[in-house]
Amino acid sequence: MNDMPTLAFDPADSCLNVEQLSVSYDGKAALREVSLTVPRHRVTAFIGPSGCGKSTLLRSFNRMNDLIRGVEVTGQIRLFGEDILAPEVDVTALRRRIGMVFQQPNPFPMSVFDNVAYGLRLQGLSDQRALEREVEWALRSAALWDEVKDRLEASALTLSGGQQQRLVIARAIAIRPEVLLLDEPASALDPISTLKIEELIGQLAEAYSIIVVTHNMQQAARVSDYTAFLYLGELVEFSATDDLFTRPQARQTEDYITGRYG
Amino acid sequence: MKTPSGWRSGDGALWLSTGAVTLTLLLTVTLLVLLGRVGFGHFWPEPLATFTFDPATEQTPLVAARREHGTFALADGGKEARTLLRTGNRDTAAPDFRWIANASLRSAHFDPAAIEIERRSWGPALGLLAPPEAPAANRASLAARQWARLEEALALPSQARTVSLTLYGADGSARPLPLAEVVRAWRPNAMDLGEKLSLYFSRIGAFISEPPREANTEGGIFPALFGTVLMVMLMTVVVTPIGVVAALYLHEYAPQGPLTQTLRIAVNNLAGVPSIVYGVFGLGFFVYLVGGSLDSAFFADALPAPTFGTPGLLWASLTLALLTLPVMIVATEEGLSRIPRQLREASLALGATHFETLRYVILPQALPAVLTGVILAVARGAGEVAPLMLVGVVKLAPELPLDGTFPFLHLDRQFMHLGFHIYDLAFQSPNVEAARPLVYASALLLVLMIVLLNLGAVLLRAYLRGRHRDPLG
Repeated sequence: MNDMPTLAFDPADSCLNVEQLSVSYDGKAALREVSLTVPRHRVTAFIGPSGCGKSTLLRSFNRMNDLIRGVEVTGQIRLFGEDILAPEVDVTALRRRIGMVFQQPNPFPMSVFDNVAYGLRLQGLSDQRALEREVEWALRSAALWDEVKDRLEASALTLSGGQQQRLVIARAIAIRPEVLLLDEPASALDPISTLKIEELIGQLAEAYSIIVVTHNMQQAARVSDYTAFLYLGELVEFSATDDLFTRPQARQTEDYITGRYG
Repeated sequence: MKTPSGWRSGDGALWLSTGAVTLTLLLTVTLLVLLGRVGFGHFWPEPLATFTFDPATEQTPLVAARREHGTFALADGGKEARTLLRTGNRDTAAPDFRWIANASLRSAHFDPAAIEIERRSWGPALGLLAPPEAPAANRASLAARQWARLEEALALPSQARTVSLTLYGADGSARPLPLAEVVRAWRPNAMDLGEKLSLYFSRIGAFISEPPREANTEGGIFPALFGTVLMVMLMTVVVTPIGVVAALYLHEYAPQGPLTQTLRIAVNNLAGVPSIVYGVFGLGFFVYLVGGSLDSAFFADALPAPTFGTPGLLWASLTLALLTLPVMIVATEEGLSRIPRQLREASLALGATHFETLRYVILPQALPAVLTGVILAVARGAGEVAPLMLVGVVKLAPELPLDGTFPFLHLDRQFMHLGFHIYDLAFQSPNVEAARPLVYASALLLVLMIVLLNLGAVLLRAYLRGRHRDPLG
């Protein structure tokens, strides 16, 4: 199955290189020998039916899988050439370079300001003026500033679901990561909020390498430059989004995007 | 379609559960009413009657207050209605409580010259300010003069009161009563409602704020109240951090496996160990072992008189902290496990370490649960008596554990405790009838004190919860 030609990028244009990555939970394989290269400053989408391993792959990039007991990872992932799976890697430093946004909006039960400032404060930034500047920048980048600028001290839990998700994105980009991982960022939101998030992804791609996991094919088609289709833990096809949706190479891809299963 | 009827309708379950709640409420209200009526009724100035009796009984006339009525079975199988009279004057005409057959009561009238005097010793003195047989006009002026003398004397400090009062009995006998002995006096039959109310509240205030007298049967309960609050606070200060840290270890750090599970079950079971066992442990471990070692290490000069190697406030607080530790751990762990995984992941994904996540996200979220633990621990700890008798509570402590002399908080001192005070009043008192209302009043105060302590924690918890409450959720 892996004889399918996969995309190759110039090292200068790639951010993450995955080689022969296999992940299993308690001996049950979730990913099998996945190899792919994620381009830099582009939006890459992972699609596939539930349980295909797309979230596992995403969570391997910032090693959130480490938190799960009984997980076993083999293979290699390199971030700009650095091996990030090596045991001596400082996971907290890695997670500062690779930010993540989850499916359910998960703001901390703190004020809007403190949410965005959380990561900055962890890094030792305590000067109030610098914090205010950075928080404003992050909220503007996440297209949320105009909606919350008058209620920065209000609890983040008073925001709507869509606002909360953009707040979480602001929180993630406040510490200026290099890569942004979005795990089904709009699946819990209404259509208008979804649209806003999708617009935001497009804007953020200018500054960040973005990987978005989605089970919504229209969304992948709308927001991404490249799309990888995973099925049963294997990478079936990885190509430019337009190519994948109009000229799928693999039979399974075609079946999936035409709605025959999934 | 028919709606389900009979057992399936669930009406029975509704009635049963409503009934259970009603019963619980009813019992609680009954408890509080009983404690309040008997305990705080004691401070209301009772009317004093002058009783005369059937000459056959050879009972001389008495000034007394009616306490209660009862029916007694006689040896010959009959029944007799009797009245319990509180006669006071334990020093001159003991006993101060007596059951008198109603049939032998001849007359009772309420003399405005009747007076009740609270004294420093021998309990209350009851009597008349003027001889019972004298002409009415003379009596009134004599009673007024005596009362004026008494009021004048009571304004002075007790050492400066040199005069005496002449107290007349209902049988015409007279005896001098040194005013230096008097704490408080009132003429219940000559008081209007306002005066009675003001006396009532001043007596309740004295009960709460004054030390006990006469083997705890008179006076107040302030040292016991103070000792209880201080001990509960010390206990909370000790148990909260230890409980939280232990729960953090069990929930956050310990590898989740059969060993940790066993540990958790063991902790839970500690909550079921009888409290007296903790008392024995506290005596053996804290007092003798730890206290004894402290003494031989730091207070060797004072030996063989022990400094810390004897029951005291510190050991009592530590013993109760140990007793309430399981409650604290279980409540905190419960709170930790309720925190959504997403919050943890959000923090970790921002590059926080496990410790930073605990410190800034998990612990603030678990704080209401910690306070629930505090509430449960206080409720349990404040009501304990049995272990305290072994590790530091005494019937009468000469000094408060907190005072103005260095080091201000005397952890080595023994102290008084409301729970033990109640036990002491009820079972160890030399004068059961006199102590009985105080048992109820002390019990009510203990309940109120626990309610107050809990209310503080509940309000704090509500505040913490409300701070970031999602208005929609």
